[in-house]
Amino acid sequence: MSEPILEVRDLHVEIPLTRGTVRAVDGASFTVAPGEAMGLVGESGSGKSMTLRAILGLLPHPAGIAGGEILYEGADLVTMSAKKLQDLRGKEISMIFQEPMTALNPVMRVGDQIAEGPLAHLRMGKSASQERALDLMRQVGIPDPERRARAFPHELSGGMRQRVMIAIALSCEPKLILCDEPTTALDVTIQDQILKLLRSLREERGLSVVFVTHDLAVVAQTCQRLAVMYAGQVVETGSIDETFRSPRHPYTLGLLRSVPDLEDVRDLLRSIPGTPPDPVHPPEGCRFAPRCEFAQPDCMVGDKPLRSITPTRSTACIHDDAPARAVQLEPVIAGG
Amino acid sequence: MAGAAASPAVVEQLPAIPVERARGFRNRWYRTPSFVAGLVILGTIVILAVFAPLFARYDPAAQDLHNILKGPSSAHWLGTDQLGRDVWARLIYAARVDLKVGFLAVLLPFCIGTVLGCIAGYYGRRFDTLTMYLVNVVVAFPFFVLILAMVFVIGPGERGIYIAITLVGWVSYTRIIRAEIIVAKRQEYVLAVQAAGLRDSRIIVRHLLPNVITQSVVFAMSDIILTIGAIVTLGYLGLGIQPPTPDWGNMIADGQTFITTRWELSTIPGLAVVITGIGLSLLGDGLADLLRPE
Amino acid sequence: MDRLSYVFRRLLQLIPVAFGVTLICFFMIHLIPGDPARTMLGVHATPEAVARLHKQWGLDQPLINQYLDFMDRLLHGDLGESLFYNLDVKTLLMQRVGPTLWLLGMTTIFAVIIAVPLATLAATKKDSSRDQAVRVVPMFGLAMPPFWVGIVLILLFGLHLGRLFPVGGYGDGLAGHIHSMILPAFTVALFISPILIRSLRASLLNVLESDYITTARSKGISERRVVIRHAVRNGIISMVTVLGLNIAYLVGGTLVIEKVFALPGIGALMIDSILQRDFTVVQGITLVFAILVVLINLITDIVHSLLDPRVRFD
Repeated sequence: MSEPILEVRDLHVEIPLTRGTVRAVDGASFTVAPGEAMGLVGESGSGKSMTLRAILGLLPHPAGIAGGEILYEGADLVTMSAKKLQDLRGKEISMIFQEPMTALNPVMRVGDQIAEGPLAHLRMGKSASQERALDLMRQVGIPDPERRARAFPHELSGGMRQRVMIAIALSCEPKLILCDEPTTALDVTIQDQILKLLRSLREERGLSVVFVTHDLAVVAQTCQRLAVMYAGQVVETGSIDETFRSPRHPYTLGLLRSVPDLEDVRDLLRSIPGTPPDPVHPPEGCRFAPRCEFAQPDCMVGDKPLRSITPTRSTACIHDDAPARAVQLEPVIAGG
Repeated sequence: MAGAAASPAVVEQLPAIPVERARGFRNRWYRTPSFVAGLVILGTIVILAVFAPLFARYDPAAQDLHNILKGPSSAHWLGTDQLGRDVWARLIYAARVDLKVGFLAVLLPFCIGTVLGCIAGYYGRRFDTLTMYLVNVVVAFPFFVLILAMVFVIGPGERGIYIAITLVGWVSYTRIIRAEIIVAKRQEYVLAVQAAGLRDSRIIVRHLLPNVITQSVVFAMSDIILTIGAIVTLGYLGLGIQPPTPDWGNMIADGQTFITTRWELSTIPGLAVVITGIGLSLLGDGLADLLRPE
Repeated sequence: MDRLSYVFRRLLQLIPVAFGVTLICFFMIHLIPGDPARTMLGVHATPEAVARLHKQWGLDQPLINQYLDFMDRLLHGDLGESLFYNLDVKTLLMQRVGPTLWLLGMTTIFAVIIAVPLATLAATKKDSSRDQAVRVVPMFGLAMPPFWVGIVLILLFGLHLGRLFPVGGYGDGLAGHIHSMILPAFTVALFISPILIRSLRASLLNVLESDYITTARSKGISERRVVIRHAVRNGIISMVTVLGLNIAYLVGGTLVIEKVFALPGIGALMIDSILQRDFTVVQGITLVFAILVVLINLITDIVHSLLDPRVRFD
């Protein structure tokens, strides 16, 4: 296997608040191979957005990286100088945000916003960057780009705005794109269009993608591998196929069971009982144990780090055979 | 939602939200530095003012024409003014007047403004339009210009101050409370008590008001500062508290004539205003911190 | 064309407010306890003088006629006659408007010079020591009565420390005007700066914490460009609005300052007229100030609509 383009090792992100320090990301590890789409899945508050932001050094004040490494093509982004990191942004790694209405500058025309990266970062001339902006708009499927480029964000529909965001992300020709729930704020039909667009762009350009979402269906549609996060930690990684068929962590199993599947009408839609732990004072031992149906006494003590079970899979659960067996009795996807 | 058919009596048993905050308040107030600092500063001034006769060795109106314009001494801690009156005594007696009038002058607009804001926000439509129209008209006048005009027509002195400030000051409270009520009345717990058949007045007073009034109270803190500023300014112009009652404003005016020789006469009363203002500011900030839901 | 009709519509919306303003100014006379004419004349209240005033102010007429008369005169630009000076109010105001406009202008400039950099320093490094320091400033500023600050400044810069500035008066010629305006304008600027700093800091923080700032940073452009092209461009809009809204507050501050610094402006005229019981002048100035505020708010709205493309003209 070739070198991974991105490797996150034991990342810790902390947010010092008055009521205590929130450990938003408390041990996240995963790798992304070149040209691969990796899904980062978890519920709200699991730390997935923070992980993404940490990669580019764009954590919101007062959050900060408290430990770990983020290796992009071998170079550690955590210890990199601010200037080098800034240089990397846009050119090597770019990001697509969730809410295109707020993520675009309301008083700047969208064409200028797309052209800004090439203009200011790649130092292309004014007309060259405008040309590139129009070209990108065509590639992301925005009709009549000459006219649309002069529009302001509020004059465009949600789907159009997200296409603009994608164009911005592609404008300096990065190798890795980080997507923070890019379709959550959109209508289902538009969602589908955008996901298809992302996939075709990725395949055409050989991009690597980290795709953060809480929606398993979206992950299944767009990614090849996934990493599941819970309470700030990555608890399972593996390919979509393997993991969906045979999850190796009770939380993953719970997630799969709580998603309706139109093809295979299940008898029960099960939600995971209980609530996630307090991020300021997480419990000892496995953090999912209080809600886990397979929990044993040894789950409640000691750290449960991620460990490899095969070269392509890892899990943090020490009783990972339990979910695998449960799935054999009651499969979560059609075809067993 | 369970209990959709709950009777008003049962619904009344529901703890109103502010209980949570009150409990937090009692636990945290001494740990909030701004609140404590404000309390200490303001408390000192209030004590000096309330117990002025104990702290002053002279009657503030007592003239001593043999000892005019003297500097600080052991007999007169802050010296004497142009009529030989003890400056320290006048300072703390002025505190009495200014604090009292300042506080009362804010109380009336607070009450009237809150009531109007509640009604306008809750019932909306025509009453709201009328109230906001009045607000817009009053707000069109520069605050102090209107105060001056009112004091002019009604007459200077304490009474004029109360009336003028009430007529002009209710506006801010109305706006704040109205905005809060408009948001709050859409909350689910309000819909619940409405569905249970509670009378409007009951809903407003017991369920809406306790939550929205904190904004008013925090604003009132800064309002008192501005009001005392206005009172002192009126006093300076001769339109406020009338002599011989000492007020920080008329003390500054008196002292201005002698600014070249005894500059403290004009400066010190102003410092008193500033310190009072800082105390109130800290108190207000602390209060805002404490009352903010965690 | 859209914008023009927007302006026109805003003007129409202002008419009821202007109407209300005139109503209040009109009613001022009836708030006076007792017989307004007698109270105003005070020691000069001879029966003839009282009767003359009654006639002049139409006090024996029914209320509605009085108001219509008042509005009629107003719309012809007649603000009445001063009781103290031998002039009509309008001429009096025109004579004295110069210093006041100077003061308002210079104050705005000073206030912007003070508030904008401080608010920017605070907002760009939130919760840092310089942010805390800047946040303390409004606390002191709000507590200091402007006239007292004026006196202290006169003490410091006019009488001691080298007598840098004149202690009062208007001065001659352009340079003289400016020189004599520096201390008073600075005083009023200090008065409104706290409010401005607070609002500006809050809107700048709002802007800086916006998602589009993160997007801009993710493009890899320099922080300087992010701040100037994105943050400031948005921040200016709210700054202009904040300034406009605080004009009413600003004007109130100039009044007493004109008296403290002996500037022959409209503010000092109002205070003198109050002390001289010159009702028509007080009424006239109150009205003029209110209409001025209303107009400035309209201008602020228009400027806002020019700067912010999101404003809809329908």
